[in-house]
Amino acid sequence: MALLSKSSKAAVSDPLMSNNPISLQVLGICSALAVTTKLDIAFVMTLAVIAVLCISNTVISLLRNMIPSKVRIIVQLSVIASMVILTDLILQAYMYDISKQLTVFVSLIITNCIIMGRAEAFAMQNGPWKSFLDGLGNGLGYGIILIAVAFFRELLGSGTIYGYKVVPEALYAAGYENMGLMVLSPGAFIILGLIVWAQRILGNVEEE
Amino acid sequence: MEHYLSLITKAVFIENILLAYFLGMCSFLAVSKKVDASIGLGFAVIFVLTITAPVNWFIYGYLLADGALAWLGFEDVNLSFLRPIVFIAVIAAMVQLVEMIIDKFSPSLYQSLGIFLPLIAVNCSILGGSLFLVERNYTLMESIVFGFGSGLGWFLAIVAMASIRYRLRYSNVPAKLRGVGITMLLTGLISIAFMSFGGIQL
Repeated sequence: MALLSKSSKAAVSDPLMSNNPISLQVLGICSALAVTTKLDIAFVMTLAVIAVLCISNTVISLLRNMIPSKVRIIVQLSVIASMVILTDLILQAYMYDISKQLTVFVSLIITNCIIMGRAEAFAMQNGPWKSFLDGLGNGLGYGIILIAVAFFRELLGSGTIYGYKVVPEALYAAGYENMGLMVLSPGAFIILGLIVWAQRILGNVEEE
Repeated sequence: MEHYLSLITKAVFIENILLAYFLGMCSFLAVSKKVDASIGLGFAVIFVLTITAPVNWFIYGYLLADGALAWLGFEDVNLSFLRPIVFIAVIAAMVQLVEMIIDKFSPSLYQSLGIFLPLIAVNCSILGGSLFLVERNYTLMESIVFGFGSGLGWFLAIVAMASIRYRLRYSNVPAKLRGVGITMLLTGLISIAFMSFGGIQL
């Protein structure tokens, strides 16, 4: 594709695995854990984050030569907050049930460090198209972890995947039980810890 | 009185803002390497949360909520959609204030907190606390108690974690699990321990 040069492709693909915002840079964990009890919630949250990240990156990149460096944090924050409010209203209008379950966590996207971090580290130095791709890549990288955590928590905690029963009745009859712990908060911490571990072994990354 | 006691127990132990709602994880992971820094940041969070909760309560109750502007004569104005952006602005201003106060009275604490103090502004636990008190319709007194309790809960969690990580230096953790991985697993275990407070009714 001529549309994507090599460096643009890297902007999208790097954050997916080798430079993942959650598991390697450890940004934006707060919301990543709270909304992962069910796959559908995690999926909607991922879409919301990708939308906010892409739009705010593009807008900030367009404004980058007009923003005085002393007040840049406030400008970035207000762009991000407006996008989040917009997303929240759209969710309330078209997906009321899910937005009820997400409660305050959509508004908390504002304080998600990934979005601030990308605005500050990437969008302030690069053009709008590249910033958009960077936003897309980081949003997807965030989404992959979110969906992986939600997959295991829903499978082990409720025996379903995306709302469909996958654990056969025969297994329950044989004495298998859903792991209640996975639905509660400790499950999220433990699953994410294990995912980070697995990813570091695969990517051969070491701390310090 | 009993009501507030039960609210504070709930905020500190049962619904700990970090261990049950995952708010404030970023600075938790970054600062919990050192005990002194985590105590300092913990106090800063308690302080900022206790101040911002009632301030945001006033702002929501008298400016933003549906019909809140009735005292100005605008009875059908509903600005509640502006909630997140106004709250974050109040929080940023408060953090600036705390930063100046700490710089004046305890330069050594200011040095050790360094970059993490401005980061409180984007600490989810502060914004989360303000959003929760609107969601749960707390009164003024309840929101002060809730703010303080959430801050205290966060303080307890980060100091516990910093102490455990200090001990962890002498243990043989698998190389790839070091850092974030083991911290997440440990947080999971602390979270299980805190869940045992779940049956307490005051």
